[in-house]
Amino acid sequence: MTAQQDISADTWTVAGRTFSSRLIVGTGKYKSLEENAAAVEASGAEIVTVAVRRVNISDPNQPMLTDFIDPKTITYLPNTAGCFTAEDAIRTLRLAREAGGWNLVKLEVLGEAKTLYPDMRETLRATETLVKEGFEPMVYCVDDPIAAKQLEEAGAVAIMPLGAPIGSGLGIQNRVTIRLIVEGAGVPVLVDAGVGTASDAAQAMELGCDGVLMNTAIAEAKEPVLMARAMKQAVEAGRLAYLAGRMQKRRYADPSSPLAGLI
Amino acid sequence: MSDNPTLAISVNGEPRQVSGGISVAAMLEELGLDRRKVAVERNLEVIPRSLLGDVAVANGDTYEIVKFVGGG
Repeated sequence: MTAQQDISADTWTVAGRTFSSRLIVGTGKYKSLEENAAAVEASGAEIVTVAVRRVNISDPNQPMLTDFIDPKTITYLPNTAGCFTAEDAIRTLRLAREAGGWNLVKLEVLGEAKTLYPDMRETLRATETLVKEGFEPMVYCVDDPIAAKQLEEAGAVAIMPLGAPIGSGLGIQNRVTIRLIVEGAGVPVLVDAGVGTASDAAQAMELGCDGVLMNTAIAEAKEPVLMARAMKQAVEAGRLAYLAGRMQKRRYADPSSPLAGLI
Repeated sequence: MSDNPTLAISVNGEPRQVSGGISVAAMLEELGLDRRKVAVERNLEVIPRSLLGDVAVANGDTYEIVKFVGGG
């Protein structure tokens, strides 16, 4: 098989579901549902994260996300954003499962509002319970290779370390630990949170991640649809660069033109 | 006391009154909600969608009715 054929069949699989796009996008913070849908389309994403919230009883006819992004063609990944305890996260996902019928979910249990850093003790506890209840949790976590292993042992179907705090756009702060997590994991690893621009997404993929999850980087760009396209290409470029195998770094120059035959 | 006394319940954190004897499915209809697009938790227990028509609303019930919204 040629390298080109390899790449056209470059898919990834999480909990038995196979996807071509390695970009997962969030659906929060958009100016409108129309813009949100256009950005999802431009990103090429096959999975979107969604939140679970109370319906507005006083205005039940508000437009719904499902009217703009079809859950039959795009996989909805319900999240537990805003949950600070294992119990709240589990309760939210039980409702999500009933609302949509999905076992594949994104678990995040936050430790504090300022940093939105994950509380790993609660996250691990929630993972264990969810797995017992038949959920397939993709788990947002710290960029700690030991925590990642513990989550995998508990039954996480994907490990999703933060690149930087949620919504910060700071880019990947610790490439070494992300790489260590990738090397140690037997399930897909996706950088979740912290991506600010296209090069950050490419970098995550160059580190060998299976995918990248982002929301704010697209939604808060001046032109979200354009940024969604950029992210699609960045994820693909980073993936190709990873598969191609980058050159070794040298401390000094090495000429590209032959030295022989110089006049 | 009438056969169908008014019931005092809580829906999404707000007190509400509904007529006695109605099912949760009927309550959703009364609220103008499409039951295919929401999930219902009654007193901390999720009600499977297929059973919404079978479960009767009881006085003092606490409901959470949720849907999917944009999120990261």
